[in-house]
Amino acid sequence: MKMNGADIMMECLVREGVDTIFGYPGGAIMPVHDAMLKYPVHHVLTRHEQGAAHAADGYARASGKVGVAVATSGPGATNLVTGIVTAMMDSVPMVCITGQVPAHLIGGDAFQETDVTGVTLPVTKHNYLITSADEIATVVREAFHIARSGRPGPVLIDFCKNAQLDEIEFEYPEDISLPGYSPPDHAPMGDVNKAVELIEAAERPVILAGHGVQMSGAMEELRIFATQTNTPVAMTLLGLGAIPASDSLSLGMMGMHGEACANEAIQNADLILAFGMRFDDRVTGVLSKYAPNAKKIHIEVDPTEVHKNVAVDVPLMGDLKTVLTDMIPLLDEYDHPEWIGQIAEWKAETEERSIMSWQDDGKLYSAHAIRAMWTATEGDALVVTGVGQHQMWAAQYYEFEKPYRLLTSGGAGTMGYGLPAALGAWFSDKEKDVWLIDGDGSFQMTQAELSTMMQEGANVKIVLLNNSYLGMVRQWQELFFDERYAATPITGPDFIKLADAHGIPAKRVTKPEEAMEALEFAKNTPGTVLIEFQVEKEELVYPMVPAGAALNEMLRRPVKGKK
Amino acid sequence: MQNTIVALVEDKPGVLNRVASLFRRRNFNIKSLNVGNSEKPGISRMTIVVDDSVNASQVEANLYKLVNIIDVQDVTDQPAVIRELALIKVSVTPEKRNEISSLADIFRTNVVDVSQDSMTIEIVGTEKKIAGFVELLRPFGILEMVRTGNIAMMRGDMAGKRYMPGKNGEKEQKEYSALSF
Repeated sequence: MKMNGADIMMECLVREGVDTIFGYPGGAIMPVHDAMLKYPVHHVLTRHEQGAAHAADGYARASGKVGVAVATSGPGATNLVTGIVTAMMDSVPMVCITGQVPAHLIGGDAFQETDVTGVTLPVTKHNYLITSADEIATVVREAFHIARSGRPGPVLIDFCKNAQLDEIEFEYPEDISLPGYSPPDHAPMGDVNKAVELIEAAERPVILAGHGVQMSGAMEELRIFATQTNTPVAMTLLGLGAIPASDSLSLGMMGMHGEACANEAIQNADLILAFGMRFDDRVTGVLSKYAPNAKKIHIEVDPTEVHKNVAVDVPLMGDLKTVLTDMIPLLDEYDHPEWIGQIAEWKAETEERSIMSWQDDGKLYSAHAIRAMWTATEGDALVVTGVGQHQMWAAQYYEFEKPYRLLTSGGAGTMGYGLPAALGAWFSDKEKDVWLIDGDGSFQMTQAELSTMMQEGANVKIVLLNNSYLGMVRQWQELFFDERYAATPITGPDFIKLADAHGIPAKRVTKPEEAMEALEFAKNTPGTVLIEFQVEKEELVYPMVPAGAALNEMLRRPVKGKK
Repeated sequence: MQNTIVALVEDKPGVLNRVASLFRRRNFNIKSLNVGNSEKPGISRMTIVVDDSVNASQVEANLYKLVNIIDVQDVTDQPAVIRELALIKVSVTPEKRNEISSLADIFRTNVVDVSQDSMTIEIVGTEKKIAGFVELLRPFGILEMVRTGNIAMMRGDMAGKRYMPGKNGEKEQKEYSALSF
């Protein structure tokens, strides 16, 4: 059957299981939007292409499926780039389709022409330029396969307008051939055996659970491994939920704003088991002092991550779930009573310094709002955040009991991620209880997406922690720039009126005792609701590992009269 | 010291750019890069020399991650034939012509062009041999020089070092010859 390229594109997307597309139309992509009308696909018109990319990212993280964003050429495509970088850094499967000027005009600086494959080359897992209609089906099949397999990531397809309009005989390729693409699955058994020897000899082991645990679906294998070997588990920001926060082996989050018990455990360990994580600088502190006495085992699907930041003793390149499944039968049960005792002491000390243990001083802290939200949602919400102090407090005080419950920009640290990502997450499953925890700075970066939420009748509960500062930068200014608050005071709009203008019910909270009622209101009111918490303006995120310090050389949270 | 890497890549537009962009982004300093046809249609062969500030296994891992790269071998310190070709145009006076010709003979090079006041010599060999020859010619006055950068091939049926596991964790040579192109 003869079809034009845009129809072929849509046919192929539908065959990949796509039913929701986030995007923005424009001259060079018009045939694709036109073709969407013929297919069972819902197009969500975001108010900026960055929002489309973040929404596709949120959709993908929440569903495990590949998110799809569509934009036109030139500025439409470049507006996607921040969202692509965000997905790349956090290994999120995404396919972005951008319009491009007709092939014969490429290189001539035509209207809205940008070298988009050139621009996105270093920030995509792979990208394609389609100049003729007969390439479309193969490219789309390859793009989805690459986006979702191995270490997932964003793939961009730049789609020339002539290829969208040309009519050809459509043939769906049964197979694809990617001779240079074979992500590792099993690690060599010789290496697995070496790892087992190290595990048997360890007296103070710690597991570092990264995003890879959930990406690979290895939560059960992690639980078995940790329980059987009696090994405590520290998590990265994106690893939260890998094991329940309430599990006795959980150490919570590690790193720059990680719990002291996690960082102490890492620095004092004699064996580190890194599961699907990449030793980012935000989790290691200064590398020269990192885990000085530990042997290191690294299970990682992306070979470029092995030995990149931290040299390891046994690298196991493969899919985490597969490698753990190979390894677990080779392990006995191990016990480390002294180590577990020491860990329990650190955990108790950490608990004492929690904001939640502070005496009630009538002030509204962000942690209060987040913990109240935890109670209101029974710890089962899908939490989306922006980037900044509120993000760290969300990680610290919303105790994640289940996997796939936290959507946050980790590697890229993209402010403005929250609102569009929450919208995307809601589209992945409209029954999901999606809550956005955002700061006033982060929120204002992409607040135009409130209009999208209104148009789509979305149901996202927004917890806005407003301290009228770009709080994380202000924190650094207070600590390291002699309290010179350059460019960090930020005046927002009246957020209640802003919500009202979008038909969104909203409430303002200024005292701790008002929190629960407002959150219950949000929970029980259908559709999107915004609750603004006017929190303490000059709060700091603790603990904090300053730049250049070892992981356990933390600025600790002050103890303020116990409850 | 330096590392020499051989990569088989799909002969598609933009692949050289992907490799160059990768090396730039990861801060791998390229000393030379040669690309040309291989024995298989549709597959090009690259020989890349990087200085040894870069870990060869990191280079391999990063190349391996590029979708269009089919195979990567590290042939540094392996039984490999590594050669380079250079064209050297040297300034010649009539009385020096014989001296330069005999030097060219000793190094088993070919004189490929002669003019009134210059001579172009083609030399094939290791970097060391070429460097030695260049030093001998320098006093005569080198007008122009071009070098191809190293190309490399393992001896016999040996393969270079591969650090990445293939399917099922085996570090075997990938059967690229069996693939259809």
